[in-house]
Amino acid sequence: MIDFGFGVNVARAVNMDRNNLDTAHDIFNSLPDLQACIACGSCTATCTAGNLTSFNFRKVHTLVRRGEYKEAYSEMSKCMLCGKCRLVCPRGINTRGVVLTIKKKLGDY
Amino acid sequence: MKVTVIGGGVAGIQTAIALKELGLTPIIIEKNDHLGGKLCGWHKLFPTMTPAEQVLTPLLERVKALGIEVMLSTEVTSIDSDGVQTSQGRIESAATVICSGFDLFDATLKEEYGYGIYDNVITSADLERMMNNGKVALADGTQPHRIAFLHCVGSRDEKVQQRHCSKVCCVTGVKQAIEMRRWFPKSEIYNFYMDIRMFGAGYEEMYRSAQQEHGIQFIRGRISEAAPVLNGKVQIKAEDTLIGRPLKMTVDLLVLLIGMTAGQSNKCWTRCAGITQSDSMFLKPKNMFAGNVCSDAPNIFYAGTVTAPKTIGESLNEANAAAMRVAQYLGRL
Repeated sequence: MIDFGFGVNVARAVNMDRNNLDTAHDIFNSLPDLQACIACGSCTATCTAGNLTSFNFRKVHTLVRRGEYKEAYSEMSKCMLCGKCRLVCPRGINTRGVVLTIKKKLGDY
Repeated sequence: MKVTVIGGGVAGIQTAIALKELGLTPIIIEKNDHLGGKLCGWHKLFPTMTPAEQVLTPLLERVKALGIEVMLSTEVTSIDSDGVQTSQGRIESAATVICSGFDLFDATLKEEYGYGIYDNVITSADLERMMNNGKVALADGTQPHRIAFLHCVGSRDEKVQQRHCSKVCCVTGVKQAIEMRRWFPKSEIYNFYMDIRMFGAGYEEMYRSAQQEHGIQFIRGRISEAAPVLNGKVQIKAEDTLIGRPLKMTVDLLVLLIGMTAGQSNKCWTRCAGITQSDSMFLKPKNMFAGNVCSDAPNIFYAGTVTAPKTIGESLNEANAAAMRVAQYLGRL
């Protein structure tokens, strides 16, 4: 095929009608404290991995919440499980547990 | 000594009760044919889920027991330093307390949300009435599965000349989301917000319980438009600002959390010397700290939402403060 140098862009919008939220509900039901996140970003600010890579814990778990699972698993692999995020979370969320659960439940993605 | 109280909502009622208890002779002038103002028909109050009538009924009983004079279906047309002019004639009084409250924001002004055009777009006030009448349902009588609440409709919005924050809608949205969870345990509930402002005692705790115990999803982003889809549902678009991507979804019911807008009558009151409006069109107190129930006229006072959006509790407290200032002015304290 001739490469004309342009193509079709994939829609960037999160489509909540198409996304399957079952896995997200499953993850959130097993970690009810994660529901209490107020997205303050303390976890991301203090993250050792986030300092060196594009890893953003707040953003990745929010994507999972919206049913956007792609790359969440590989993103979570950047976490070194140091647990600093858990120390700073004002809502007392077991953030380390969130990483482990998301990795466990999203192994297929 | 006679004191005119303009408005028979909670602020006006409590002001009159307090004035009477201080030995003065209040008269409540109410434009509707009943007392109670916007609390009439409201279902439950945040953050305790107290039924609104549990607050209103004792106040109305007290008005009756104290023999406070009430003029219903009477509109005040002007205020001056010696009293007020009403649709039923002139009332002379030594002092006047303005408790004329606020107006609910007219959601049809935000045309992009389709209120009054699409069947399943309602306001928080509509929802409160539905709950009070014991039946919450979609336009065709069925149950909603996916419900979205939109915060800040008619608040923090220059497009509709409402720059101010209406303060109480955030917590009302959280309260109503929890109530909807109880009505429809299996539904999905989303609150779209710009900021969540939980300023009062117990509010933040209520927000947290909405998240954690009631599974309400909070999405930070303002819905930019709503459109009807074939089956009577509403498609909404917003940005999920926490992930930085646009988001769309179809919901069965969209609830607009409408704000408090300054009362239409405020402009009329400013014809009286000593009464001015702030930028938000609410009346401007003499000073925001020690004189928040006073105007620049010595015998005209304010209580409740005529000066800014307030909760029921704050309005009741201001009513007592205003009555005290009136009594002080009239040499009764």
